[in-house]
Amino acid sequence: MLEQLHLGWQIVIAAALVVGGVFALVGAVGMLRFPDFYMRLHAPTKATTLGVGGVLVASLAVAWSQGDFGVHELLITLFLFITAPVSANLLSKAALHLHVPSRAGDAPDVRRDA
Amino acid sequence: MIAWAVDFATAAVGLALLVCVWRLVRGPEATDRVLALDTMYVNVLALIVLLGIRLGSGLFFEAALLIALLGFVSTVALARYLSRGDVIE
Repeated sequence: MLEQLHLGWQIVIAAALVVGGVFALVGAVGMLRFPDFYMRLHAPTKATTLGVGGVLVASLAVAWSQGDFGVHELLITLFLFITAPVSANLLSKAALHLHVPSRAGDAPDVRRDA
Repeated sequence: MIAWAVDFATAAVGLALLVCVWRLVRGPEATDRVLALDTMYVNVLALIVLLGIRLGSGLFFEAALLIALLGFVSTVALARYLSRGDVIE
């Protein structure tokens, strides 16, 4: 079904899929290779979010090419892009509270009310 | 072309999941394991969306939305548990 689409749609969908897959892989490899937790926090929160964003852009292009609006894809993208920084912030606060070692020296004390 | 791209993206996301499992098992700190779980649910969401593209069905987006919601709530709960000692005070 998808192979009968216009060539322009096919190129857009395939490019978004490839970019998304590569970014998801880069995020996971970054989480594997970075030396301390605060560096490891960066890779999944940015690269993996962008990778899933690429896959969702491809899915949105599929929906648009068939005349749908793609509300579900937009909802998932919006939700993911709002919640990823929040969970990363909470995880970094938990790491500061647990005194997870950092290569940049001692972590500062966490405020109780924060 | 699209079938090849879907296969490539599925392989890349699957490999990313395996890497996350490695960090989940090894992870020197508890926060590393929670971070690995967080990354894993985002990758599984990508896998479900890829399956939806491949099968040409819109049903999978409900499952993807549910996984996004539950994954965020569970990450927040685990982070709160690590930093405060309990989830709801």
